Amino acid sequence: MNILSLFVAVPIVMIVFLFLSKGMKQIRAIMVTGASALLVLAATLTVLFLKERTASPDAEMLFVSSISWFAPLNIAYSVGVDGISIAMLALASIIVFTGVFSSWNMDMAKEYFLWYCLLSVGVFGFFISIDLFTMFMFYEIALIPMYLLIGLWGTGKKEYSAMKLTLMLMGGSAFLLLGIVGIYYTSGHASMNLLDIANHLHIPYEHQRWIFPATFLGFGVLGALFPFHTWSPDGHASAPTAVSMLHAGVLMKLGGYGCFRVAIYLMPEAAHELGWIFLILTGISVVYGAFSAVVQTDLKYINAYSSVSHCGLVLFAILMLNRTAMTGAVMQMLSHGLMTALFFALIGLIYGRTHTRDIREMGGLMKIMPFASVCYVIAGLASLGLPGLSGFVAEMTIFIGSFQNADTFHRVLTIIACCSIVITAVYILRTVGKILYGPVQNEHHLHLTDAAWYERVSAAGLIVAIAAMGLYPSGVSGMISRSVIPIMEKLAGI
Amino acid sequence: MEYSLFILIAPFFLFLVLGLLGMKMQPKVAGIIGTAGMGLCAICAYAVAYQYFFQTGKAGEEWQQLIPVNFEWLRFTEYLHIDLGILLDPISVMMLAVITTVSLMVHIYSLGYMHGETGFQRYYALLSLFSFSMLGLVVATNIFQMYIFWELVGVSSYSLIGFYYTKPSAVSASKKAFIVTRFADLGFLIGILILSYYTKTFDFGTLTANHAELVTNSFAGGTFMGLSLATWALALIFMGGAGKSAMFPLHIWLPDAMEGPTPVSALIHAATMVVAGVFLVARLFPVYFFAAPDVLTLIAYVGTFTALFAAIIAITQTDIKRVLAFSTISQIAYMMVALGVSDYGGHDGLGYMASMFHLFTHAFFKALLFLGAGSVIHAVHSNEMSQMGNLRKYMPVTNITFAIACLAIAGIPPFSGFFSKDEILAAAFHNHPLIFWTLWAVAGLTAFYMWRLYYCIFWNGNKTYSEHHKPHESPWTMAVPLIILAVFSVFSGLIPFAGFISSDNMPFHTHIDWLVASLSIGIGVTGIAVATVLYLRKSNRPAEIAQSLGGLYRAALHKFYLDEIWMWFTQTVIFKYICMPIAWFDRHIIDGAMNGLAWTTQKSADSVKGLQSGQVQFYAWVFVAGSVLIAVLVLFL
Repeated sequence: MNILSLFVAVPIVMIVFLFLSKGMKQIRAIMVTGASALLVLAATLTVLFLKERTASPDAEMLFVSSISWFAPLNIAYSVGVDGISIAMLALASIIVFTGVFSSWNMDMAKEYFLWYCLLSVGVFGFFISIDLFTMFMFYEIALIPMYLLIGLWGTGKKEYSAMKLTLMLMGGSAFLLLGIVGIYYTSGHASMNLLDIANHLHIPYEHQRWIFPATFLGFGVLGALFPFHTWSPDGHASAPTAVSMLHAGVLMKLGGYGCFRVAIYLMPEAAHELGWIFLILTGISVVYGAFSAVVQTDLKYINAYSSVSHCGLVLFAILMLNRTAMTGAVMQMLSHGLMTALFFALIGLIYGRTHTRDIREMGGLMKIMPFASVCYVIAGLASLGLPGLSGFVAEMTIFIGSFQNADTFHRVLTIIACCSIVITAVYILRTVGKILYGPVQNEHHLHLTDAAWYERVSAAGLIVAIAAMGLYPSGVSGMISRSVIPIMEKLAGI
Repeated sequence: MEYSLFILIAPFFLFLVLGLLGMKMQPKVAGIIGTAGMGLCAICAYAVAYQYFFQTGKAGEEWQQLIPVNFEWLRFTEYLHIDLGILLDPISVMMLAVITTVSLMVHIYSLGYMHGETGFQRYYALLSLFSFSMLGLVVATNIFQMYIFWELVGVSSYSLIGFYYTKPSAVSASKKAFIVTRFADLGFLIGILILSYYTKTFDFGTLTANHAELVTNSFAGGTFMGLSLATWALALIFMGGAGKSAMFPLHIWLPDAMEGPTPVSALIHAATMVVAGVFLVARLFPVYFFAAPDVLTLIAYVGTFTALFAAIIAITQTDIKRVLAFSTISQIAYMMVALGVSDYGGHDGLGYMASMFHLFTHAFFKALLFLGAGSVIHAVHSNEMSQMGNLRKYMPVTNITFAIACLAIAGIPPFSGFFSKDEILAAAFHNHPLIFWTLWAVAGLTAFYMWRLYYCIFWNGNKTYSEHHKPHESPWTMAVPLIILAVFSVFSGLIPFAGFISSDNMPFHTHIDWLVASLSIGIGVTGIAVATVLYLRKSNRPAEIAQSLGGLYRAALHKFYLDEIWMWFTQTVIFKYICMPIAWFDRHIIDGAMNGLAWTTQKSADSVKGLQSGQVQFYAWVFVAGSVLIAVLVLFL
């Protein structure tokens, strides 16, 4: 079996074992083993990939394999990875792993983890697929469990939020499906394979003009593109901890990845001609999300709006259509995934103890839970772009890259996007100052306990990843930057 | 000179050790480890300085730039990449010596001052982090490395200002410091973006080589709003420097930053971090001089105004640390002005040399003043002048060292401040009369408010203290750094600075311009004399004078209401008029549209769902009616 298929196989095996399991202990054992296996798998794959890369420097995708499963429409289970998918797989496996530790004490754990694993199947499947239809299928597999996970295990207005999130994302996938069907037929209905379409077929520009917006919008909804981002605050606020982590950390990256891999890669002409419309929308996302975050009082809302801003930057950078900015976009996906997962893990931790997420009702937590608070500060610093942590390298790559587009339109947008670094500092420091510093707000909080060991594993794991990326960025950046070349070649060809 | 890398590695390593394992250590152990590590670091820096200045630094007559370590950290484009490395040239080596010295003094001093505080280990970890960042900043080989460490010093400063994190005033001060400097850094970043786009490099050596030829050539012709793009880029970079170095109007964070522990104010907010902006301009001086002389003029005037403005406020303040904070702002402005009025090359570059010289001497006497103030605060447990007086009897060491520092800052020969300030005035004297006379007046104000401070603490009547709160001299851990710094404050002015540091790296000779010197001594002595008359003994005269000045006095006391303007701007403009409406718009318009869509769908579904009622009679009726309708249509159309 192809090593990539293991990413889908492992969660499926976990699901089978979960069916047979009895008792919390067994469930935890299965989850920890499975998640660790995925982590090891991702690490192994990275090493193998780097080796293979030097062996065959010209291949666009590595570990490619294909099994046809619906021949009349040329649908195949085709997999393959490049540096970008590797980065995404690594991100997903880290977050799935830490998410398990963040949902250590769940009600109805068996059912919860069943859906959790199914979600992982969708996520991993999406990142390894290079067949449009298979990709879409995995995308849908990832969306459905979200509805149940939020609707059943969530808090607050959970039914409303789950419904809203699912419907809006489904609306997005309707556009997406339209786009995929459009791509298939206008490119001569010969193949669903991304590489084939990109390299051997051509979508005429008059069709690209409608397919590109449909596809970009379809993926963009998941990437919290303004004005289709409102599912995100409500969805995150209601979702249980690990689901927020997975959702903001990985699922939202499906959007950016898809825009990149499908919309721009297959339709470079349209991206070049029509990109400006979306560039304005993403530019708005970046500052608009940040400004909205400043006045929120619910920790999860703050983080959700911050995600709108940071994910906006991802799409923004992709649309800059140059190598540096695109590399930065992928780095930002990684970086945002890690730090937002850390944020949600800590918010879950705090909420589990204080039973409130309102920043006005908390204060002085640094004294009560030093470990969790220090982690929160680190997450905040990563988010506001402190050098040495992941946010800085990603944002700087984006800004430098974007600024290489020399016309006034791009320049002005880049400078507007740069302003987000100040606004981010405002809302991060406001939150940190309110909840962690100052006098203790609520007497009942005094006897709360600091993070338990499983929560420490989760937070420490993410911090290590954030710091590693921040201190040694050139490994990640080099790997990604090399994988952007095929897209740059296509863009250069027009 | 690869061992210079140790100067950077040591504090970083200390930070990791103290940060991760500090809680498991005895506070004392953590303090000693931190101090010993910093001691090693200082020794290493002295070795580098000795070797550079006396052995390897010169190629022929010229001081050269040595780069013992440099590696690529992150590549952006074909041309642009961030390197991390160590650049040794006269100003960076000088800074290494200054930073490690002051930092070591502060480390030793804090053993006594911070004794028994909770979070002692955290304090030392953060001090190490700060030292690491500051050292990394001055040895940066390229502008992006400087930006990286620039942000890191910002964060260490943030964490140290907010060290007493349960105190709301400390928390808001730290937040303000970070956000104001972040705003300035936005300018810095955009400046870097513009500069690097045209020059295709971040490297300082390449940017400044051959009279900044690269910059003047690569920006050919680009203008924006009537100014050349090079001017824009360098003005924006200066904005970053103005933020860190507390130039008007971005100075508002510095007085509040005094909420941090006093040794931190001495290290970060007096001697080292706040001069980073001056250092930045000095580092890029040839670029400013040849590519954007307009910006240098701007720097000179901003600096002059700031110097005067801060000195006026300093006269009225009653919190001793705030007096020192405004004095710092004013003195840094002197350094900025010196760069602004400087020409390039040889004796024409006097201003450049004077700026660095003043940075050097100021670091010692200002650190001494802060540590002395800390010693006083430690003894009387208050920052307010009204709680002090007559302390010379209780604290002899502090008294004498503080007096030395006050003489130095007032510019009385042979103390160090005289020499450096004199060079600055001399640099401004010939070509910039307005700037010269303003600075001259500020020198008088400086002498006056410093001696006002000195008298109010150590003289001013026979204040008595209650028995169980009797002030006492500080322990030796605090006294020794005071004495060492006092020695530096006396003698550091005697160094022939022009032989080491100059705008074009060629040594030159300076001589004291006696006209300028006598003017400056005259005003300094006058300032001290006025202070002596007013404050040596307790009297009502200062209050009467303040009364007679009326509105001007009140405005200065309230720092010309800039803090209020800042509050209004952040709370009302940003929060209430920008963020709130956006959040409202998001909830009600954008999300409202989504909910409206859902609602419409539901309503339309509701209205047609009656058709699927399951009543066969109704279906049959519709069927028949429909058939008839179709039949009629077919027949008649």
